[in-house]
Amino acid sequence: MIARLLIRRGGAGEAPRHEAFEIGFEPGESILDALRRLRVSQDPTLAFRYACINANACKECMMLLDGKVIYACTARLEAREMRLDPLPNKPLLRDLATVIAPPDERLG
Amino acid sequence: MLSRKEVAHLQADVLVIGAGGAGMYAAIEAARRGAASVLLVDRSLIGRGGATVMTQMTVAAAVAPDGEDHWRYHLADTLTAGRGLSDPKLAALLCEVGAECILEMDAWKVGWARDGDRFAAVQAPGHDRARCVYVDFLSTGPAVSRTLRAQVQRVGPAIRRIGEIAVTDLVVQDGAVTGATALHVASGQALTIGAAATIIATGGLTRLYGRNSASANMSGDGYALALRAGATLVDMEFVQFFPIGHLAPRLIGMDPIMWDPFRYKLGGRLLNGAMEEFLPRWGGDAENGKYSTTRDLATYAITKEAEAGRGSPSGGAWLSFTHVPEAELRGAFGPVIDRLARNGIDLTRDAIEVSPIAHYHMGGVRVDAAMRTDVPGLLAAGEAVGGANGANRLSGNAITEAFAFGRIAGAEAARIAAAAGTRAFNAAAAAPALERLHATAARGMNTAAMVERLQRVMSADVGPFRTVTGLARASVALEALRDELGDAPPGVPGTPQDLTRLDWFDLRQMILVAEAVVQGATARTESRGSHQREDFPEQDASWQVNQILQLAKDAARPDLSRVAVAA
Repeated sequence: MIARLLIRRGGAGEAPRHEAFEIGFEPGESILDALRRLRVSQDPTLAFRYACINANACKECMMLLDGKVIYACTARLEAREMRLDPLPNKPLLRDLATVIAPPDERLG
Repeated sequence: MLSRKEVAHLQADVLVIGAGGAGMYAAIEAARRGAASVLLVDRSLIGRGGATVMTQMTVAAAVAPDGEDHWRYHLADTLTAGRGLSDPKLAALLCEVGAECILEMDAWKVGWARDGDRFAAVQAPGHDRARCVYVDFLSTGPAVSRTLRAQVQRVGPAIRRIGEIAVTDLVVQDGAVTGATALHVASGQALTIGAAATIIATGGLTRLYGRNSASANMSGDGYALALRAGATLVDMEFVQFFPIGHLAPRLIGMDPIMWDPFRYKLGGRLLNGAMEEFLPRWGGDAENGKYSTTRDLATYAITKEAEAGRGSPSGGAWLSFTHVPEAELRGAFGPVIDRLARNGIDLTRDAIEVSPIAHYHMGGVRVDAAMRTDVPGLLAAGEAVGGANGANRLSGNAITEAFAFGRIAGAEAARIAAAAGTRAFNAAAAAPALERLHATAARGMNTAAMVERLQRVMSADVGPFRTVTGLARASVALEALRDELGDAPPGVPGTPQDLTRLDWFDLRQMILVAEAVVQGATARTESRGSHQREDFPEQDASWQVNQILQLAKDAARPDLSRVAVAA
């Protein structure tokens, strides 16, 4: 099966643009599986955040899927176009990564 | 905004690298012992990365009421599991101080499960009695992380916490560590940190393997930092594989080692591709519904059975609970049964496939009983420390070790910081490391693909079973990766969340650490605990020695030597 991921690219202050990636997947795989594989096979510069890969323990991989907040590690891939955007209410770092550390745990 | 060469600097009495169980405990203890400024950094978010938060269930400690258990019994089991290679002083600290920390965590309201007025405990394989406490079957780690983070916050301004800081090098002046250089991942900026004492609490090296049970940030970086700063590594050939890591079908939202608690509670049956029990064929017990097989033996049996062509379809073994009545399954794991159902798994009907998965590293930084390395100003704590668990770690010892060694390291770091005569951080000593942080490679490179290549090499030839041929192959492949990596990272310094650059800095450490594992594994021509040489299948009494690694200044590879096991 093939998913078409429409991914928001760019950093803070850049004009928003979306880039499309097609990626094959096995049933049951997550969006995070696809993003990690995209970095290996298509574009290593793609920016997103995660620590625990699979367990939904770190809660770092929050983003928007078709406008709704999801964890990339628990949202499943589907054979359709899926639009990914960074969290809208957090400062943008780059691509899908936003500033989510508590204010008193940032470098400043 | 800082200009490119203007580098942010942070100064602290005590720098703690890594905010898992060991790092947070160390920070708390350092502050409690009077360190006025403790800087706790993590490459991920504070208390959310690493291995601690991933702990499913068990924490081993002799905390049963008087007369029913003693830390010395726990020590005896730990030493037996270590197969003659444990440093008994470190193992004793794990068991004795660890038990005190478990009680302190209770006072900090971690919520250890109760059985009447005592701690609920399970008996894990290799322990002589029920000694493993837990908070919940699948969420002990998150509870531990949350509790320690709250306690760190309660300490107040003496501990400053900063996430998204990947330490790239330690700064060494006149043979002593005076601080570190780091990449601030969020901004892509370089920074320097000065500290009288630095504690490496970065966990293990599971990311060297494609299938692993920890977070993506366990790259073995602490081992490389220590080695490059002049410290000694010990027992690097001993990587623990967790035998029943989830293999298939794809299971998301749950940790791959989640089947362990199921085994504790319900036993379960390990079956080969033909649905036959096979553990006895490889020297195990017929478990008869009891979870009694130690990790190294189960890893061996599952791998050998699959190699003999009798594996499950995806190359592992079946784990089945289909003989357990549904009411019992639901009684034991309630809502988890529903989470499994959402992954299409019905345990009353379906067996699942499991196979060994990289889980923990017994080797690590060599320290004394105060967690001091051979380098003044540098300490280590938690999984980053080598030696306490010898050739194989008992279930439940990792979190206990994190607490105990964190507490000891924190106390010692506070003492060092208070002592007169520690060298002040000198920015000039950080110059070479900063130059690297400001560099850009002339050519692009796909560092994500290189990480995956390294993982494939390690999984194929430096897994639980090794041969001289496979290890030589791995050595050549790692050498090629090292050449490809070059001296400068790709991309532009100052790019926010630049994973390509971060992977480059990780690979620089991962390759060195992978080579250290290969070097130790190649030299050790016997099989012992988690290190199994197919070309030397027997344990050899003359190999009851530790192997240590040291990196001479400007050398590419460490020197390996043998030392007697500590008394």
